[in-house]
Amino acid sequence: MSDTGTTTNPRVVEVRLLIGAVVLTAGAGILLGWSESSELPPAAIVTGIALAITAAVAHVTVRTFAPDSDPTLLPIAFLLNGLGLVFVRRTDLATGSDLAATQTVWTAVAVGVLCATLLSVREVRSLARYQYTFGLATIVLLILPLIPFLSAGLINGARLWIDIFGMRFQPGEVAKLTMVVFLASYLERNRPLLSVATQRVGPVLLPAPRHLAPLFVAAFMAMLIMAYLRDLGTALLLFGAFMAMLYVATGRLAYPGVGAALFAVASFTAWQTFGHVRVRVRIWLDPWADVSGEAYQIAQSLFAFATGGLTGTGLGFGRPQDVPFAATDAIFTVIGEELGLLGATAVLMLYLVMILRGMRIAQTARDEFGTLLAVGLTIVLAAQTFVIVGGLTRLVPLTGITLPFVSYGGSALLANYLLVALLLRISDESRGSAKGRASLTPARPVAS
Amino acid sequence: MNKQITRVTTVVLVLFGALFVNLNVIALFQADEIANHPGNRRIIIREYALERGPIVAADRAIAQSIPSDGQYAFLRVYDDGPLFAHLTGYYSIVLQRSGLESALNEQLTGRSTEVVAQNLGELLGGRDRPGNTVELTVVPAIQQAARDALDGREGAVVALDPTTGAVLASYANPTFDPNPLSAHDPAVVNDAWLPLRSDERRPLIDRATRELYPPGSTFKVVTAAAALESGLEPTSGFPDEAEFDVPQTQSNIGNITGQPCGGGDRVNLSDAFARSCNTVFARLGVELGDDALREQAERFGFNADVPYELTVARSVVPSDLDVPATAQSAIGQRDVRATAMQMALVGASVTNGGVVMRPYLVSGVRDPDGRQIERAEVRRWTELPGGGAALSPRSAEQLRTMMISAVRAGTGTAAAIDGVNVGGKTGTAQTGGDPTAWFIGFAGQDVAVAVVVADDGPDASGGGTAAPIARQVLQAALDN
Repeated sequence: MSDTGTTTNPRVVEVRLLIGAVVLTAGAGILLGWSESSELPPAAIVTGIALAITAAVAHVTVRTFAPDSDPTLLPIAFLLNGLGLVFVRRTDLATGSDLAATQTVWTAVAVGVLCATLLSVREVRSLARYQYTFGLATIVLLILPLIPFLSAGLINGARLWIDIFGMRFQPGEVAKLTMVVFLASYLERNRPLLSVATQRVGPVLLPAPRHLAPLFVAAFMAMLIMAYLRDLGTALLLFGAFMAMLYVATGRLAYPGVGAALFAVASFTAWQTFGHVRVRVRIWLDPWADVSGEAYQIAQSLFAFATGGLTGTGLGFGRPQDVPFAATDAIFTVIGEELGLLGATAVLMLYLVMILRGMRIAQTARDEFGTLLAVGLTIVLAAQTFVIVGGLTRLVPLTGITLPFVSYGGSALLANYLLVALLLRISDESRGSAKGRASLTPARPVAS
Repeated sequence: MNKQITRVTTVVLVLFGALFVNLNVIALFQADEIANHPGNRRIIIREYALERGPIVAADRAIAQSIPSDGQYAFLRVYDDGPLFAHLTGYYSIVLQRSGLESALNEQLTGRSTEVVAQNLGELLGGRDRPGNTVELTVVPAIQQAARDALDGREGAVVALDPTTGAVLASYANPTFDPNPLSAHDPAVVNDAWLPLRSDERRPLIDRATRELYPPGSTFKVVTAAAALESGLEPTSGFPDEAEFDVPQTQSNIGNITGQPCGGGDRVNLSDAFARSCNTVFARLGVELGDDALREQAERFGFNADVPYELTVARSVVPSDLDVPATAQSAIGQRDVRATAMQMALVGASVTNGGVVMRPYLVSGVRDPDGRQIERAEVRRWTELPGGGAALSPRSAEQLRTMMISAVRAGTGTAAAIDGVNVGGKTGTAQTGGDPTAWFIGFAGQDVAVAVVVADDGPDASGGGTAAPIARQVLQAALDN
């Protein structure tokens, strides 16, 4: 995994790691099958083969169209995806649902989108040209679930889904990415203006109000999302990504400082205005007061982690049927119960490696757009993981959000592979240019 | 921008560090506490896969697990469930567990709860090992006698071995059947549970240990004990009045008869006790003072948690009473409250040389091979002020004689048994509504008893209602 790429071909590393990911997944699938009967269920075999084929397709595509890209991202994505398939199947066995098959199909579709992205986005800079298209797309995607004939209605207390051609889709998942692309482009262009502080407000120096406007717009949007979509998780995530990108672009701590203050005000307003927000906070502070009522989900989650202990109950021996949303939001709980602290830690480590690789890609990106984009994408991944894992373990109030690559859900999986595709593209460009590979547009010097 | 990225990465690392730490805290350090929360269904489901040990009273299994078809491998059944319900409790998939099923869960499953929770028992090769047998001190015949004697009336009977503290009977009316509550079908459980919970007679409350009653004149045993400990003698004389003019208040205290209780000018302590003179004991309370009264009560176990297998409500004697309240407390009225268990301990300690023994219900625990792995520790209730000695042996003997006189020729004659040294004290507490009828006492040093009846009509009295019940229970104890 040398950054110079001179000693080891990253694709050789990648293929080894991918084989490891597929073997681990197949092993977990077999163990799960054995927990149920001595024969292997055909569905598990089909899933394993499907995962192996999609991994092969993805690898060949990367080898052809992004040969110098980071070798760890794809294997980690596949391992998490594979574990996700195993644990979705686990909840299927517990609840009698049949989500694993659908998720397998979505895996193929999502990997297809990854390949298509690598094929079509040959230069990550080309995205910057469509800055306002992406900005507009973000807003449209967020508003889609509110449009009557598209909306799939209120599901689990939130209005996040649309129905297209009989398929349920969560446009907010993709909106995260389009917003990050928009912000990376916007910040790259307006960096000099935003970096200069001219106004003194108390002890802090701030740029002119018109340059600050986007900040307020973002805070306002976050509040709107909270109010109308009832999606606290996404609001927190978008806001966090925005603040991180703004700070990286300008180097001014005042932005995240003021941003945090604004978010605090927004959160307090939400707490005062919305009953469901108050409930979330109350059960976070004291889940044991109403274990069978409002705090049911968080209590069940804590029971599962506590029962799992260090080594877990073993695959197939937990009680996902007791945990609400076990296949989607709470899938990490099922992992924690059945694989224990060790398994849960291993999964978190996978995210951490992915995040550190993402940050490394940001630091070595060929230009500022690439840097900001990589930071934004990585923070989206990190924040999402933190919010849901922290929520399920009562570190922060629980908000419904998917665990990247692992939770059941097609749109989320698709968006996550899209995210990986963009990171692969950025890393390919930087290593490629380091090797002196020709680029379509002249590279800008990397500022620090 | 690299410096900023490094800082952002640091923040992310710190946040993930918090995730790791928090996960460790939950899965390792708080795991037992969280996993053993009654709301965690896993524990009970896994427990049901184990053959739970029986609860045995005098070689009779009053609770046992029998093999069952369906989701759960064993069904808990209770032989004559209502007779022992407040002791055994229930063992339910819906309601979790109560009573001894809850208090002795680890002994009954034969595994520590965390082992059950994590399936470690199976890993360690103990898959089919049944739980342990819990043996009780309760004698079913005495328990049955208590139920028969109460004859459906609301109240409780507690019988103890005064020399050891072993509980020979502890029965309360109304009771319930734990069998349907322990059924595997949640609908059956709910059909039984909902009426029980909404029943105004509160059958789920164990009136032997969990209900506090005004002890009435049975509290005069405590007042008399304080008097003897202060240096008075059974022969010490007091003015014999129809009404005691309580200082600092207009509401005076009279005798139940409305007459002086001796018939002369003076009456001695022993006679006043046997005839339950309110005037003498109210005066005594005022003279001794509220502190002396409370301290004596606390040496018997008031204002303390009883170290018993089941939870016992704290019997109460308030502190810092004014003079009128002290006068009323001395005759067991006002804010003095006691459980039947506590009053049984008072009676038991008087016949046990003033020593309060720790009450216990479990005589031992045996493993499936019949080996005794736990044995009840017979000891004084040393946590009390006085270290378990409520009275000096001399005062105890004097008080014991006074209680025997009260049964021989006082208010408690209905408790007398031919040829047996039965001693006791009656009580009739007025709280508005039907009076609460009490009897506390003993038969020699073989058995001590407390009887409380709460709904025997407006004419209920300690001597008329409770003393005959006590006699039947004492007789049953002597026969068994």
